[in-house]
Amino acid sequence: MDVSAPMLRPLLKLRSASLIICSSLLLLQAPAQAELTIEITGAGASRIPVAIADFGGEPGVSRALTSVVRNDLERSGLFKLIDPSGAVLTETSSPVYGDWKNKGADALAAGSIGASSDGRQEARFRLYDVNKQGVLGGLAFVTSAPMLRAAGHRIADVIYEKLIGEPGIFSTRIAYVVKSGAARYELHIADADGQNAQAALISKEPIISPSWSPDGSRLAYVSFEHKKPMVYVHSLASGKRVVVANFKGSNSAPAWSPDGRKLAVVLSKEGGSQIFTVNADGSGVQRLASSSGIDTEPNYSPDGQFIYFTSDRGGSPQIYRIGATGGDAQRVTFEGNYNVSPRLSPDAKSMAFISRRDGAFRLAVMDLASKQVQMLTDSHKDESPTFAPNGRMILIATEMGGRGVLSAVSVDGRIKQRLSIHAGDVREPAWGPFTK
Amino acid sequence: MKQLLIPAILAALIAGCSSSPTGPEQTGAPVETRGPGIATVTAGPVESHGLPAELTDPKSILSKRSVYFDYDKFEVKAEFKDLVTAHAKFLASHPQFKMLIQGNTDERGSREYNLALGQKRADAVKKMVVLLGGREDQVESVSLGEEKPKNEGHDEAAFAQNRRGDMLYSGEF
Repeated sequence: MDVSAPMLRPLLKLRSASLIICSSLLLLQAPAQAELTIEITGAGASRIPVAIADFGGEPGVSRALTSVVRNDLERSGLFKLIDPSGAVLTETSSPVYGDWKNKGADALAAGSIGASSDGRQEARFRLYDVNKQGVLGGLAFVTSAPMLRAAGHRIADVIYEKLIGEPGIFSTRIAYVVKSGAARYELHIADADGQNAQAALISKEPIISPSWSPDGSRLAYVSFEHKKPMVYVHSLASGKRVVVANFKGSNSAPAWSPDGRKLAVVLSKEGGSQIFTVNADGSGVQRLASSSGIDTEPNYSPDGQFIYFTSDRGGSPQIYRIGATGGDAQRVTFEGNYNVSPRLSPDAKSMAFISRRDGAFRLAVMDLASKQVQMLTDSHKDESPTFAPNGRMILIATEMGGRGVLSAVSVDGRIKQRLSIHAGDVREPAWGPFTK
Repeated sequence: MKQLLIPAILAALIAGCSSSPTGPEQTGAPVETRGPGIATVTAGPVESHGLPAELTDPKSILSKRSVYFDYDKFEVKAEFKDLVTAHAKFLASHPQFKMLIQGNTDERGSREYNLALGQKRADAVKKMVVLLGGREDQVESVSLGEEKPKNEGHDEAAFAQNRRGDMLYSGEF
């Protein structure tokens, strides 16, 4: 690796001892462009006490693995990590439930990681219900040294799902844009914990509005590299890029249809800013709606039936929805005179958006059945909400101390995490889908 | 830590562990199949070419390229009519030249909504240029939204410099 590249240094403040091992492990991974810091600024009201025992296997490796698991669970704000007191416990040991109950744990995970004969590694673990004194689940899978963090995320996902009852998002990825200096823009892809960041695109001109294809293999975004906004679809593994909208005027705001075949985009080619649909290869452009003003920020409902969008057709920017093939638009937001950036939750029951209140731009969430709106932050410059694929958290761009940072907020507003990069502005987050 | 240097290869399912009475209940897919790696792409720079002196000479009105707008306003103000007229006349007398008008906004609010607001400003400048002698196919209006502030400050003085339309000629875009 390039020794001059700055090393990724996780600075999660909760478990500094285990993270020292984690840091040295990261030297083996691809170089990252900037270091991301995560700070936790809130936690859930009731947290499940869980103990992750020290796993069996080579101590450096197993500690690196369990530190990822512990950090994931702790960062979610839904678990209280019980100190396992350094006892190694593998998936084949019989836990003494009474001891773990005395330590306050409701659940216990034990496991091991060992090298297999062909040079790969095998991770195994079991999860126990301490009170019922039984096995809740477990998993065994092959991994390799560079994928040790991924293995830890996967174990944390299983524990999360067994204990919370919904899928975990620790194995998912996020995309975001880092601006450093006056003219360096990088589109990064990182693990959901902000680690393992890699640049997919580096440009001297702005990059905005990244949007994940439903299968997680491609990103659509707007790049200004030709002095005007154009919409690209970028295949992450190959780096192959396709221009899907380069019409006269501006091309922006790409949003994938849930089946991954189409994009809704905003084009000014026929005057004004209007919503069109286009196939993912750039063919078959069709106008979706017509208004005399601005229509922008389209977002498909998860069932693909509707497109939610921002329009000033009523005089101020408000959120509307329209059938995915056209029809009459219905207004969705009514409170206040600036409601923008709609994003539907994965279960389609709520909508995150940005609402201006007393001059401050704040993250809001609307229950679509009751139309009740809840403000989730008290910040002043929130932008670009994006739901975690399990619907539990919303990631936004916001500003802290004059710098752009990302903030993850639970849908009830209780849990807050902040992701920042020391040397630059972080903005335009997009949370990727579950990948199988 | 030495073991960690073993190179990664595509992994396969481990068979057998699910049937072991003391082993875990499920056998999972190898972690490597989760997602692809990332190939980094660097976007190419735009080359710029020489321009006629009358477009760059500070003494020429044509060296001025920016039209400023009031807050939440999208009409070209009277004080910029002479400037826009001069550029429209240049285009009329230089039919081979093309113009790109970039609309801009201040930083407040949604990036995409601001992109649409910047488009309204660029469209207003274009409309006037075409009215005063530029050909429709000579002029393209686009928006940079809030992405390219002239002044990086966060006060009203900075915002006023950022609510603008910029006129670029062939060779500059």
